[in-house]
Amino acid sequence: MGQLSAENISVAFAGLKALSSVSLDIRPGQISGLIGPNGAGKTTLVNVLTGFQAPTEGSVTLDGASLGRLKPHQLRRRGIARTFQGGRLFRDLPVIDNLEVTGVGLGMSRRAAVAEAEGMLDWMGIAPLAERLAGTLPYTDERRVAIGRALMGRPAYILLDEPAAGMSAPEAADLSALVHRIAKTLGTGVLIIEHNVGLVLGLCDHIVVLDSGAVIEEGAPAAIRQSEKVRHAYMGTAADMAPTGGEVRA
Amino acid sequence: MLQIIFDSLSLGSLYALGALGIALIFGVMRLVNFAHGDVIAFCIFALLWPSTDAMAIVFAGQLPWYLLVPLVLIVGAGLSVLCEITVFRHFRRANPATMMIASFALGFVIRYFLLMLFTSRPKSISLLPMLSQPVEIFGARLPLLQLITIVATVFILIGLSLFLRRTRFGLEMRAAAENFSMARMLGVRANRVIMGAFALSGALAGAIALIFGSQTGTADIQMGASIMLMAFIATVIGGLGSLAGAVLAGFLLGAASVVMQVMLPVDARPFRDAFVYGAVILVLLLRPQGLIAARGTKERV
Repeated sequence: MGQLSAENISVAFAGLKALSSVSLDIRPGQISGLIGPNGAGKTTLVNVLTGFQAPTEGSVTLDGASLGRLKPHQLRRRGIARTFQGGRLFRDLPVIDNLEVTGVGLGMSRRAAVAEAEGMLDWMGIAPLAERLAGTLPYTDERRVAIGRALMGRPAYILLDEPAAGMSAPEAADLSALVHRIAKTLGTGVLIIEHNVGLVLGLCDHIVVLDSGAVIEEGAPAAIRQSEKVRHAYMGTAADMAPTGGEVRA
Repeated sequence: MLQIIFDSLSLGSLYALGALGIALIFGVMRLVNFAHGDVIAFCIFALLWPSTDAMAIVFAGQLPWYLLVPLVLIVGAGLSVLCEITVFRHFRRANPATMMIASFALGFVIRYFLLMLFTSRPKSISLLPMLSQPVEIFGARLPLLQLITIVATVFILIGLSLFLRRTRFGLEMRAAAENFSMARMLGVRANRVIMGAFALSGALAGAIALIFGSQTGTADIQMGASIMLMAFIATVIGGLGSLAGAVLAGFLLGAASVVMQVMLPVDARPFRDAFVYGAVILVLLLRPQGLIAARGTKERV
């Protein structure tokens, strides 16, 4: 069975270790969670997995074969998609165009890209937003569109960088349901970075906890919930561990 | 009154087309292309035999318009793309100030190349002479050329906006203009998009050359510079990189120039440009981001 793996990844910025020997697997149909305090190196790891950041050591492999130093758009064509913190949509373009341009970038014809974009918006239940300018969308819709954009071309893996940041509990629950559907219905392998630990605990099959660039714990949500080390890393923010809107409603 | 409106529209058309040519390129690569004006001049001189005479021999000007127009547009597009390949491509990673200086230098190269072949003497040319006949509309006598300028500009604007909206290439260009690095990450073909922007911009320069050349009946190696200045101001007022803003500001500037020419007291008329630039300063004080702010994101991952 295929998987996307980070193998012993280390990243140093000007002597500062952002990641030291971190390994992580993402499997089709599974939801992996990546949590940890601010500055733990979560986004850096996603950047390495998606070609935005070259690792100082270690390698990224897809189905066992090293991906070398492929660029982000090349990895995208190999089926590794991501979202960015804050969405990063083309704000002056309508929603549908945001998805279309991704399809076109993947090598689809304009016609095929339109068809897929329409299908995707429909699948996500946001078809009525198609002609709205992305810059005018409310926050939660913007996030959804960003996820829809990442799903164009049906990537095998999708990496979500803080998709629920700033969402209310019901909004986060909706998002959880969507992510669950992406993994279980489309069979996409999901990695989710989230500060809302409750959401991650309720949603993920497997969780990796980073602190200061190193993996301090990993396992099933139940084990993470019990872990002393994780509690310690989150010391003073124990409230984060409460499941808020994290239960999957789907 | 009607006369003023048509004068405004036809002058505004020139500025709008010029501003569009600058905004297109600024959008995709943050380059303020000051060589644009010299591309305009080149397009006119491309129709002349090299000579130092005051009366130029227009070798291509005798062509029927349906050959002449595409020829000039192609010359503009070709030169513009050549500029990209030989010069700007190597400055892709340079900062905007460096690129701007490079564009000045390139502009001088083109201008002195023309100077070498044609000298600095303005030449009188007769380009599409049938267009200078007057026509009568709603009781106002207008040069046919003015009408054609306005109609052609409207067609160019509609065509360009359809192109940007409907074609795959246009989609990629709009995305690249807003956030080039993001577009690139998504697999948009960066080189092709930039070349396309240069080609379009060059073709617009050709269109301006045709209009200006037939309006003034002269070919002057300085001719691009004056339009370029106004067009550049229009792009800034419009919100650098915003295509709609550039067009809008181009027409506003055209209208402002014409209206002031008419309204100012006779003694103040020689200072018309000072008043126009004064208005520009006012606009920028009130809306420093331009009339229609472009969302040029400078964020990096």
